[in-house]
Amino acid sequence: MMGWSKGKQGRKRGRASLEDKLFKYAVMGVAALVLALLWALVSKLVLDALPSMEAFGIGFLTSTVWDPNRELYTALPFIFGTLVTSAVAIAIGVPISIGIAIYLSELAPASVREPLSFLIELLAAVPSVIYGLWAIYTLRPLLTGSVEPFLIDTLGWTPFFEGAAFGIDKLAAGIILAIMIIPTVASVSKESMMAVPDSQREAALSLGATKYETTRMAVLSYARSGIFGATILGLGRAVGETMAVTMTIGNANIISWSLLDPGQTMASVIANNWGEADGLMLSSLIEIGVVLFVVALTVNVFARLMIGRVMKAVPMTGGGL
Amino acid sequence: MKGYNVRRWKDRTASLLALGCVLVALVPLISILIEVITRGAPAVDWTFLTERTKSAGSTDSGIGNAILGSVLLVAWASLIGLPLGVLTGIYVSEYGDNWFGRTVRFFNDILANFPSIVIGLFAYSLIVTVVGFSMISGAFALAIIMIPIVANTTEESLRMVPNSLREASLALGVPRWRTVLKVMVSNGRAGLVTGALLAIARVAGETAPLILTAFGNNFWETGLTEPVAALPLVIFRNAMSPYADLQEQAWGAALVLIMMVLSLNVVVRLLTRKRLKNYKAVKKTWKARLSLSG
Repeated sequence: MMGWSKGKQGRKRGRASLEDKLFKYAVMGVAALVLALLWALVSKLVLDALPSMEAFGIGFLTSTVWDPNRELYTALPFIFGTLVTSAVAIAIGVPISIGIAIYLSELAPASVREPLSFLIELLAAVPSVIYGLWAIYTLRPLLTGSVEPFLIDTLGWTPFFEGAAFGIDKLAAGIILAIMIIPTVASVSKESMMAVPDSQREAALSLGATKYETTRMAVLSYARSGIFGATILGLGRAVGETMAVTMTIGNANIISWSLLDPGQTMASVIANNWGEADGLMLSSLIEIGVVLFVVALTVNVFARLMIGRVMKAVPMTGGGL
Repeated sequence: MKGYNVRRWKDRTASLLALGCVLVALVPLISILIEVITRGAPAVDWTFLTERTKSAGSTDSGIGNAILGSVLLVAWASLIGLPLGVLTGIYVSEYGDNWFGRTVRFFNDILANFPSIVIGLFAYSLIVTVVGFSMISGAFALAIIMIPIVANTTEESLRMVPNSLREASLALGVPRWRTVLKVMVSNGRAGLVTGALLAIARVAGETAPLILTAFGNNFWETGLTEPVAALPLVIFRNAMSPYADLQEQAWGAALVLIMMVLSLNVVVRLLTRKRLKNYKAVKKTWKARLSLSG
């Protein structure tokens, strides 16, 4: 693809062309093997989830019972928990990430841009289980001591902040997730802002716009779909994140609108029940995994398409000006 | 100009807000580092690093078996994942300009952002159901996580090799497969190493897939078909335990793990910067030569 000659001479050489073909098909075989592996894994997973699918049907997604004594397992509380914690993560994490991206692409002096980007990216390098550890012993006292009492005092009349300040709840999980999606959302947003052609900025500046107005009119509107894609990518990360959530969410199979109540996500219910699960319960956990797989696949394909479109669109317009 | 002061005020506020976002994001990072060091350091001594994990209350409990387990898991995972990743990357970069190449690339991108617990489920379904909780199932799960990371960095580093090098090699009559292997892989070597280190740093901290596969072990177990200990598993189990001494061990293990992961990341960073510089330098010389000859 990188300008390899496609002329006839290349193909005519006898010995070389046989070896070339062998090499090409060898690496192609490996690439095909990786795809085949994925396909095999997905089908095996669906196969293992079949007993649960047959037992509970579509009700698996819409019912709220999780009772090992009666052998009844359904997934709605976990889908609910995943949606709520991801929403909290997006609501807190995305605005901060956009601020970071704006600072790093538009405002930061060249000398601090690199080191700051690196530090933000380091947030992605911290293992999930260490986030969980930190949340239990450092974030939790902060939440129970000041944040949650404050929320109860000011917003306690809404259904979202009812209850006691316990610090192991959906809010804690959402905050940890927000921190964890920041590096992804910030760096992809930054990339798409940096891909905005300078002519856009210059045009706004030459009309007398301030830096803020330039960013808002020329940069943000131009990078909009890239930032959207970055958000979706962050959502994908929040949906599938397991350890930090398992350690902070409190693991209660209930549906409650209050962020101060414990809950359970699709990922955390798998991690929590794995040791003792067998039979139908195991199959149900695997079915939850299949649901998580479908959600993650959809979210990621969507994000990839959004980001791909931006990255493809930018050079064309930029080069044309 | 009546509105100017208002506009300038808005401008200042917005800049400060953006800077504030950066600082807010750095607080957790710094706090995590400080906490892990101050809480973890008292736990770490020679006994801690060399003894196996024991139950709460023992004075000579350690994480030696977990360190060994993690190293072995990552080594086996690399043995499976690195070759598959590198070859996939070579295919996509050198032969991938067709629908199949694009499909592989697409699925690699998707796989790279995939929840690791689902990959753990895959490995469980395929291997644990046959051999039980084991090192090989854990290594397999980690290998699947490594493949897209290695493939993507390989592809990128091969793309950075100047096209003129490919053409020069082909013009000298070197067959295409040797061109790829010799010229390209040796020029993109730093990139390949970077990708491998990045993938290792990523899987060294993976916990969720290991809960479903390697499971953990209190003993010095190294067999491929036996459950095996790993640092992240020790951190998880001890952090959730009610005993203070186990919790302290969780922090000690976290310190060891974070040092490993962060130092790998710093090495990768240094390598990448050097590589970018080299790339720019090479590009410049080739441009200069082309313009001279033109």
